[in-house]
Amino acid sequence: MGLTMTEKIFASHSQSGGARAGDIEILTPDVVLLNDTSGTITVEQLKKMGVSRLFDSEKVVLVADHFSPPKDVTSADAINLLRGFGNKFGIKNFYESGRHGIEHALLPELGKVGPGGLIFGADSHTCTAGALNACGVGFGSTDLAGVIATGELWVKVPPSIRIELSGQPGRFVTGKDIILSLIAKIGVDGALNAALEFGGSGLSCLNIDERMAIANMAVEAGADTCVFEYDDQVASYIQQTGWKAQEPVIADHDAKYLAHHTIDLEQLTPLVAVPPSPANGLPISGIAETFVHQVYIGNCSNGTITDLRQAAEVLQGNTIAPNVRLIVVPATSAIYRQAAREGLLEILSAAGAGISLPTCGACFGGHMGILGAGETAISTTNRNFKGRMGHSDAKVYLANAWVAAAAAIAGKIVDPQTIAPQAGRKETP
Amino acid sequence: MSRTTGKIHLFGAHIDTDVILPGKYLNLYTPEELGPHCLEGLDPTFIHRVRSGDVIIAGDNFGTGSSREHAPIAIKAAGISCIIATNFARIFYRNAINIGLPVFECPEIVSAVKNGDVIDADVAKGQFTVNGAHFQAKPFPPYIQGIIEAGGLVSFVHKQLNKN
Repeated sequence: MGLTMTEKIFASHSQSGGARAGDIEILTPDVVLLNDTSGTITVEQLKKMGVSRLFDSEKVVLVADHFSPPKDVTSADAINLLRGFGNKFGIKNFYESGRHGIEHALLPELGKVGPGGLIFGADSHTCTAGALNACGVGFGSTDLAGVIATGELWVKVPPSIRIELSGQPGRFVTGKDIILSLIAKIGVDGALNAALEFGGSGLSCLNIDERMAIANMAVEAGADTCVFEYDDQVASYIQQTGWKAQEPVIADHDAKYLAHHTIDLEQLTPLVAVPPSPANGLPISGIAETFVHQVYIGNCSNGTITDLRQAAEVLQGNTIAPNVRLIVVPATSAIYRQAAREGLLEILSAAGAGISLPTCGACFGGHMGILGAGETAISTTNRNFKGRMGHSDAKVYLANAWVAAAAAIAGKIVDPQTIAPQAGRKETP
Repeated sequence: MSRTTGKIHLFGAHIDTDVILPGKYLNLYTPEELGPHCLEGLDPTFIHRVRSGDVIIAGDNFGTGSSREHAPIAIKAAGISCIIATNFARIFYRNAINIGLPVFECPEIVSAVKNGDVIDADVAKGQFTVNGAHFQAKPFPPYIQGIIEAGGLVSFVHKQLNKN
């Protein structure tokens, strides 16, 4: 019996040299990722473990992104704790405001994610790495203290669910809509204790940014991890970032899957996930008139240059509705500079957007755009749980950047076609 | 103290870690700071009703969403002796075991009890009694049992490092 992509990546990092779905294996990752909220607990646990040296300080990456720049003294203390830990143990990979980004968008840029790689992150959206034919697995803080101390962690190898993408997406259909449609179909626990593996002829229509948007929300279906097939786009991406740590993986033709699903991209329309679940994706036509107070374009799933281009395309020459607050958050400093070079920041600002430096910000209810009682937001982020972006009565609708930008102009959720008929997907990348 | 008696706090399916410990508190990390905010996103009165030794019982996929270890830390600090659910989200389940908060999969008990019922729990054995009915949780895989017996991952790793 053949192996899935997930089994191959786990096997190449396991103590036993093998990995089959259902087995408990001891794994050593290529990268261990901590941020300013999860990392504080990790540092405290390492102290209690009595750790005097790390398994490999080169493999540890520290990113201050959640309460970054620090929103208050407590947050500044947390970032200081992380920085002090990095300095003490000789960790060179420390990133914060101005020279950084949201961790899952930053790691690929730094060449820390690539084909065949295994990334352990103390953040559930570490699965974003799957876009580059890697396995990113999210853990809590203490598990990663264990890895940093010993280089090893036990993992139960998940069975995989194969997702076949076919056809070409319509004009306003993006990676966001693909993953929202999948979660609507299988539910928030539809991939619980499993891996999602994406491939098929439709993949070539999606650039790396869109694949990251899909991989990012694998955890919203309960998945342990997510892997995309390797192709020319991944090859040219890693040529720029310098990833060399591992080799690409291809699933065996007789690999065993828990389930198969096919998504015909031609049949999809833009979806909006109604609160309080990412599984509540509905076509825009199915959403009753919904006015919005805030539009948020950013986060680790959809704060890429592709998303900023989509937003600018809709907002160019337009002005946002008077009652709307539009916040745009480029996911990394490199994306910010690229957006500046392309004139996107000028277009967005002229339309009335507030442009933030890279941060996890309001996505998780931290800072920089918190919702008050009774407020409604449309957001390109990944979670719309009760209270996620602020007050427990506030509502968050999830959507792609074209749909979010159109809502900023209309002041309510509308089909972007009605606002910007010239916008939308032109051709396959 | 492996046997406790307390009240049941009954919840539904897919209780996410954002409602267990809202994001605005993620710049805190000690049990003393986090405990008072336990389940604040779902029910701000919970913390005033909960007593040491009480038990949380919930449906499918408890602890879904964010990997924040702050969530089980807050639950443990609020005095909850153990969580019993139909099943758990993977990261939450690991986090709870790692910090020494007992978690049990026992689908039978979830549909058999009411909010406020008194539960007698033997957390070492995973055995529970409610209204005279007895329940046995699923056993842990041996590797996880080793972490539990060590008292959590910190002492498990501490022992491993000293052995080497």
